[in-house]
Amino acid sequence: MPDILIYVEHDGGQPHRSALELASGAAPLAADLGGNVIALALGNGAGSTADTLGQYGVTDLYTNENAVFDEYLSAPQIEILAKVVEETHPQAVLLPYTQDGKDVGSGLSARLSAGAVANVVNVKPEDGRLEALETIFGGQYTTTIDVVNSPVAIFLVRANAFPVEQRQQTVTTHHVEYQPSPAATRARKGRVVQEEGAPTPVDEAAIVVSGGRGLGGPEPFEMLGELAEALGGVVGASRAAVDAGWISYPHQVGQTGRTVKPQLYIAIGISGAVQHRVGMQTSDTIIAINKDADAPIFALADLGAVGDLFQIVPALTAEIRRRKGA
Amino acid sequence: MRYQFPRCRLARAGTPFFPGVLAYTATAPWQYGTEGAVPTVNIVVCVKQVPETSAKKEITADFRLNRPELEAVINPFDEYAIEESLRLKEQHGGEVTVLTMGPESAEDTIRKALAMGADTGVLVTDPALEGTDAWGTAYVLGQALQRLRYDIVMTGMESTEARTGLVPAALAQQVALPALTYAQAVSLQDGKVRINRQIPGGYQEVEADLPVLISVVKGVNEPRYPSLKGIMAARRKEVRRFSLADLQIEPPSVGATGAREQVVAATPRAERTAGEKISGTPEEIAIRIADFLADQKFI
Repeated sequence: MPDILIYVEHDGGQPHRSALELASGAAPLAADLGGNVIALALGNGAGSTADTLGQYGVTDLYTNENAVFDEYLSAPQIEILAKVVEETHPQAVLLPYTQDGKDVGSGLSARLSAGAVANVVNVKPEDGRLEALETIFGGQYTTTIDVVNSPVAIFLVRANAFPVEQRQQTVTTHHVEYQPSPAATRARKGRVVQEEGAPTPVDEAAIVVSGGRGLGGPEPFEMLGELAEALGGVVGASRAAVDAGWISYPHQVGQTGRTVKPQLYIAIGISGAVQHRVGMQTSDTIIAINKDADAPIFALADLGAVGDLFQIVPALTAEIRRRKGA
Repeated sequence: MRYQFPRCRLARAGTPFFPGVLAYTATAPWQYGTEGAVPTVNIVVCVKQVPETSAKKEITADFRLNRPELEAVINPFDEYAIEESLRLKEQHGGEVTVLTMGPESAEDTIRKALAMGADTGVLVTDPALEGTDAWGTAYVLGQALQRLRYDIVMTGMESTEARTGLVPAALAQQVALPALTYAQAVSLQDGKVRINRQIPGGYQEVEADLPVLISVVKGVNEPRYPSLKGIMAARRKEVRRFSLADLQIEPPSVGATGAREQVVAATPRAERTAGEKISGTPEEIAIRIADFLADQKFI
């Protein structure tokens, strides 16, 4: 079948932005193949995603609201996704390249002996098939991948890969019968502990404001937090700042942290070692603020400011707030 | 705290190992805790040899990584997995086996883990494995695991070279283990593993009965450096080899031929060119940056 199945992440029926991006990206591909965009949403509130998904081109929503999906990690999702794939025979399954998306997508790959492509930044139709563009080595190369020897192609798509575009459709909701196997109900989820207020992962944000060694300690990250907030972005960090204990690991951008591709990346007090650059060099727009005019980060920056970050950042935050308020 | 763990008697008895012979396969978790208290835990930690992180990685004409030219190191994320395995072993007893798939040179990676304190190594190596993709890697490691004794399979969250992060959950599926992924803390008590699974802005507790697969994130611990004594001892430790024949895998089903992913083109990134560099008073700079942001419609 020429349909494309998207895996919907949502909060109690509110689809994540990833679902809208996947639907928007899948719609023209499905049209090209002569099929539809179909979606799978699971767990509490899954059925309520229909209205929103319909605005972005989804025609059929498969759901199951069994509590097992909220209580256990990934295994029930893999089982039911495999079942839906076997019943609907889509050309491809698109999942968000998030922690959960990776677990479910790669689990499905093993279960169905199907190829899964990670770090997908675009999908293109080619002779009735779909090819994935994968970014590798921190964006050093983009490879074109054909999925072969597989019952379905699994694409794990990076945040911001597809622009969100509205296409109104009428959604038909299908309930999927599903009984979890004993093997699927072993990894039980428990208490959630929120340590920080910022829940957007650094690799899913549209704007990232990152700090490095030049900040000199943990306190200046508050100043970066204010700039990020003024811009509607999140705070990232270099390995030096994370290793020094100034900010926690999930903020780290670079070879041993997250690879980000935001619309805007602001590097503050970051010299731009290779290990950092490979994590951010494919950002759409890069601004660097550094007191060292010879810092390698300036070679990547669309706009480079040479000066004292401790004075520039508060002035910039104030200027942005002033303009937004005006 | 001691817990009931009958399988470990098998381990203690030292089941002889023959390649290709099923030495031990994980049993269903509900069979644990019956009788015979032996508080040990056997761990297989999966590692990968990767190019040194600052090495210049290039794609060759046949769409492979220029691996032979690059200095090879153990995947930095795997050092956390090794350390976590050693800590569990120190608390509970048992054996840590290092498993890797790669060329002959990947033995260096195993020796490093052995020097840190792992007990024994297994290298899956075969010329036909060249070009194996993420699916194939999980498949081959899964076949190797079926011939090893373990209560826990431990992995890093991804490799610094391919960076797909796909192998841990695929491997768990191959060997029918619950996948406790992205652990930033791991504890084991009474045959039950609990992790703090990293989530945006915090963590979620996830628990499962043994046997399990755990993938750990950076920062779960501080990996130890091998001591001189450890390095000396590692030279004497056993590293066994599996070929595809040992694993009863038909060569065409893996490697480049069996890969589910086929690279049909590779385009190097266009070099970024430096934009404008500005200086001035902080206020002047702030205004210039804000103008730039406004031009680009960020504000």
